[in-house]
Amino acid sequence: MSVPLLLADGLSKRFSGATAVDAVSFVVESGQIVGLIGPNGAGKTTLFNLLSGVLRPDSGRLIIRDRDVTGLPPHRLARLGLVRTFQLARELDRLTVLENVLLAARHHAGERLLGALCRPRATAADEGRLVARAREVLSLVSLSAHESKPAAALSGGQKKLLELARCLMAEADIILLDEIAAGVAPHLVEKIGQLVIRLNRDHGKTFVIIEHNIGFIRSLASRVVVMASGRVLAEGSFTHVAANRTVIESYLGQAA
Amino acid sequence: MDAYLVAILTVAGVYVVLALALNLQFGLTGLINFGVVGFFGIGAYASGIATETLGLPFVGGLMVAILAGGVTGVGVALLSLRLSGDFLAIVTLGFAETARLVFNNEDWLTGGPRGFIIRTRPVMSGLSRDVTAWAVLGLVAAAALITFLVLRRLADAPYGRILRAIREDDLVPSTLGKNVFVYRLQVFVVGSAAMAAAGSLYAHYVQTITPDNFTTPVAILVWMAVIVGGAGNMLGSVLGALLVTVLYEGSRFVTAGISVLDAEQISALRFILIGTVLILTIRFRPMGILPESQRRASASVPPTTP
Repeated sequence: MSVPLLLADGLSKRFSGATAVDAVSFVVESGQIVGLIGPNGAGKTTLFNLLSGVLRPDSGRLIIRDRDVTGLPPHRLARLGLVRTFQLARELDRLTVLENVLLAARHHAGERLLGALCRPRATAADEGRLVARAREVLSLVSLSAHESKPAAALSGGQKKLLELARCLMAEADIILLDEIAAGVAPHLVEKIGQLVIRLNRDHGKTFVIIEHNIGFIRSLASRVVVMASGRVLAEGSFTHVAANRTVIESYLGQAA
Repeated sequence: MDAYLVAILTVAGVYVVLALALNLQFGLTGLINFGVVGFFGIGAYASGIATETLGLPFVGGLMVAILAGGVTGVGVALLSLRLSGDFLAIVTLGFAETARLVFNNEDWLTGGPRGFIIRTRPVMSGLSRDVTAWAVLGLVAAAALITFLVLRRLADAPYGRILRAIREDDLVPSTLGKNVFVYRLQVFVVGSAAMAAAGSLYAHYVQTITPDNFTTPVAILVWMAVIVGGAGNMLGSVLGALLVTVLYEGSRFVTAGISVLDAEQISALRFILIGTVLILTIRFRPMGILPESQRRASASVPPTTP
């Protein structure tokens, strides 16, 4: 058996007494699309914050490709190939769409203090190469026409696409999507879905997707992890999980 | 009158350097540094001590000032470890006041309230009074130009793009692999060193420095210069600094004619004037006279034809 790409081992996070994530363990194999579902307040976003280094776990371990990365800051995890989007799109309003994507570039001479000051040629060469790549990425998410607009001018759905574009520019292997389809027009949801499948199939990208849109999860995820009250309730294929009694209760139980 | 104009422009040049440095920290990166005057003062005293007490030439004093500003910058930055918003503002404000108290009380080093006399001139000796004044102005202008060119290059480079991203939302560059703390630290230290260099120029120009030269109003003028000129725009900071100093120094003339007011009232009136300009700018041009431009290096790469 191969080494798992991402391994969460008993991750826990408490906020002044309330346990948001309670000893969550799961494995993501390379090339999978894993759906993470559960009712509101189940701890899904907190789990993403733990996986991406935005929060430090109180206990448990996080392992990427056999390497213990528990407690590493977000920028270190990003350099190891793990990048995320945010539930509420965090576009950088006063930067252009192109700049928002360029920001995610790795290895840019002009991003270093001395490189920017003393190596104008290397800076210009990298900038030219990366602008070309950023434009490829923008055309992949159909935002080419908007490249010189400030990101604030994009629609809600386009902002989500911009977040996805940044993940691609960052050359991430593991992409965490936090409600990428929420509040997005149906035709864009379909487009995002097709894009995720294509990136997974053709580029070998691994995804973990938080989503309330069950249809979206069903069409994409090869495996589903269900969370409720900070714990993993069930995991397996969509049909397997959908037939699980406790899962049904956790969703319906709210209404009952 | 001519001599007075040269004097105003020399002081304006010093403020241009200060405003550019603050623009790098605040305008571009969003770091709130209320301690501008502390770094300015440390540069002034460090340069004075280096040239008078240790006998170095002016260039040596300038180097010592830059080094002292940079090292102090590292210290202040590490004190407010994450360099985030309000915390940094409070720490820098406290730092500037502490620095002033040190200048005031460590007589053996700084001369205390009596002041510190600096005989070393930044230009060759033996020139006439007028020529010296012009030469000092030329030197200050050259320093302002160099600071402008260096910082504008940083602002326009991909480096500046990351700084703007940090200003907008630091979590985004962080989750995209940028070490936000290192960027903030670099910017804070480079800015502090430039402020100290301005202090050195100022000290060798005025030749007598006292702790009263380094009180909060100086920092307020620099902040106004950045905001009025347009935060994030380097040319805006140059313009803002010129405007604020010319208004502040030039208003000496205007108010001197009003005999019913005493000196203290007049000096208060000058601040009211500057404050009014700030309020009007924010009311009618909230992003400053020259707002941050959208034109940047990335846009100049020609699009590939599909």
